[in-house]
Amino acid sequence: MDEQVDHSRRRLLTAATVGTGAVGLAFAAAPFLASWQPSERAKALGAPVDVDASKLEVGQMLKVVWRGQPVFVVRRGPATLDILGGHDDQLADPKSDDSTQPAYIKASGAARARNPDYWVGLAVCTHLGCSPLGAFEAHNASQIAGVDLGGSWPGGFYCPCHGSRYDISGRVFKGQPAPKNLTVPSYAISTDAKIVIGVDDAAKSA
Amino acid sequence: MAAAPESSHAGSAGGFVGWIDQRFPLTKLWRSQVSEYYAPKNFNFWYYFGVLSLVVLVNQLVTGIFLTMSYKPSAAEAFSSIEYIMRDLDWGWLIRYMHSTGASAFFIVVYLHMFRALLYGSHRKPRELLWIFGCLIFLLLMAEAFMGYVLPWGNMSFWGAQVIVSLFGSLPVIGGGLVEWIRGDYVIADPTLNRFFALHVAALPIALIFLVIAHLMALHEVGSNNPDGIEIHDQEGPDGHPLDGIPFHPYYTVKDLVGVAGFLLLFCGVIFFAPSFGGLFLESPNFDPANPLQTPPHIAPVWYFTPFYAMLRAVPSFAGTQVWGVIVMGASVVILFFLPWLDRSPVRSIRYRGPIYKIMLGIFVLSFIALGVCGLKPPAGIYPTIGKVCTVLYFAFFLLMPWYTKLDRTKPVPERVTGHA
Repeated sequence: MDEQVDHSRRRLLTAATVGTGAVGLAFAAAPFLASWQPSERAKALGAPVDVDASKLEVGQMLKVVWRGQPVFVVRRGPATLDILGGHDDQLADPKSDDSTQPAYIKASGAARARNPDYWVGLAVCTHLGCSPLGAFEAHNASQIAGVDLGGSWPGGFYCPCHGSRYDISGRVFKGQPAPKNLTVPSYAISTDAKIVIGVDDAAKSA
Repeated sequence: MAAAPESSHAGSAGGFVGWIDQRFPLTKLWRSQVSEYYAPKNFNFWYYFGVLSLVVLVNQLVTGIFLTMSYKPSAAEAFSSIEYIMRDLDWGWLIRYMHSTGASAFFIVVYLHMFRALLYGSHRKPRELLWIFGCLIFLLLMAEAFMGYVLPWGNMSFWGAQVIVSLFGSLPVIGGGLVEWIRGDYVIADPTLNRFFALHVAALPIALIFLVIAHLMALHEVGSNNPDGIEIHDQEGPDGHPLDGIPFHPYYTVKDLVGVAGFLLLFCGVIFFAPSFGGLFLESPNFDPANPLQTPPHIAPVWYFTPFYAMLRAVPSFAGTQVWGVIVMGASVVILFFLPWLDRSPVRSIRYRGPIYKIMLGIFVLSFIALGVCGLKPPAGIYPTIGKVCTVLYFAFFLLMPWYTKLDRTKPVPERVTGHA
């Protein structure tokens, strides 16, 4: 056996082998990481949802499921709509600049709705994803009782987890744990209050 | 057979053990790690919690294996399979209560074990790596406990998972995609439960066992600290053994047996008479099945997470994101890793430290407990204020440590361990 060992050649070959192996390992890891993505079945269940809101009375609320997430549909009366723009100075994001919604919702201003009589939005608190309560619903009174809501709160949604308060258009008040207004999904609404959640234009989805 | 191979294993027994010793270092390991591992002779009550965490780990592994034999990791069946274990399976209630009580017991003994390190400076040089392995065990234990809590698929399981997984969503840019990747769906759903089960019963326990072995190997390499915080190997007798050391076996195996017996007495008391422990160990909303449309009126994590949860809540959203609270909560755990380098005191043990450290440690313990209470309460009244103050105090203990440990008036350290013996 030759006494002379070419160490630099040995090091180069070892480094090249380790390097190639590391690249191979990274590629081999990709399928495992990708297997955690939502599956085709989960994606298929994310299809649009039809809601008939025509039977809602003023002050009533529907909770429907879209993509597994709860969505509020609230019927608002003239008394509520009159006070909507009156508390913008107390809100964290009155014009919904930092919040998530389609452009046509942002353009509707304080109403945040395609038809001001019906408010549609995700019932998912923008803080940590709890489901807020409609403070106007009588059966929620017991859960809200005893909480200091602040004298000037005009009513709306209250998150029981960490106490975030929203107005009836899902706009968050200043100084709350939640940073943004409630998210409004894409939806289409017909003149007879038939709502399709998950599309911008009902005709196109049909 | 020639005598030569035998003599290379001098001291080994003959017969069966001798046969093994020639093929596996059984006697060698027993001597180096147990019967001739010299531990300081002045261990006190606080030194029970290491062996107790090992006891609880074994309890969790054994009861956990038996629970997987009857549990169904799917959103449709998980809740009812737990009911089945509790009502129909012979002794199922006992196995489940041992596991659920074991989870809380794990955190009790681990918190006390960590407090022992703060008392006697067990994290100080040369035990930094031992401390870091311990911190990693604590981190994994939190992940393990969180995922285990999701498995019964009760309403608190569901909404707890929703809140904790959403934490990752507050990270800028990658947040939204990351949350979807963790959940495998647009909400917490069947795929989430299924993968949490896999991590809880296979991946994390394997990693935990490896870390526990590393923790023990590091301990036996540097030797145990003691309530006086001095190195017993600095004072060795003519036989080469430390003057203040005694063999782990039989002295500490017997002492630990007493501690284990005392622990089991309390542990069984909880299992048999108060398994839900007033809603602290098992929360009542979790007796309802998961309901994605109905948040429990008040979401609180299990008690052992509440100090960290309170710190999360103490930080308001700022610049349109709530990521700051998440950063503070993460930092509250990460900062533990740096403890060996933050502590600049010339002495290790609280016995020889000055008044400043004693006061700071007292404030730290009180604020940790107060944070734990805040995290259990709804975010109303005085609690948010207490949470904010105690979060500041928690961090002050660590961040001011380099200064106050240096300033402190320490006492002279003895050459030999003190004690009644």
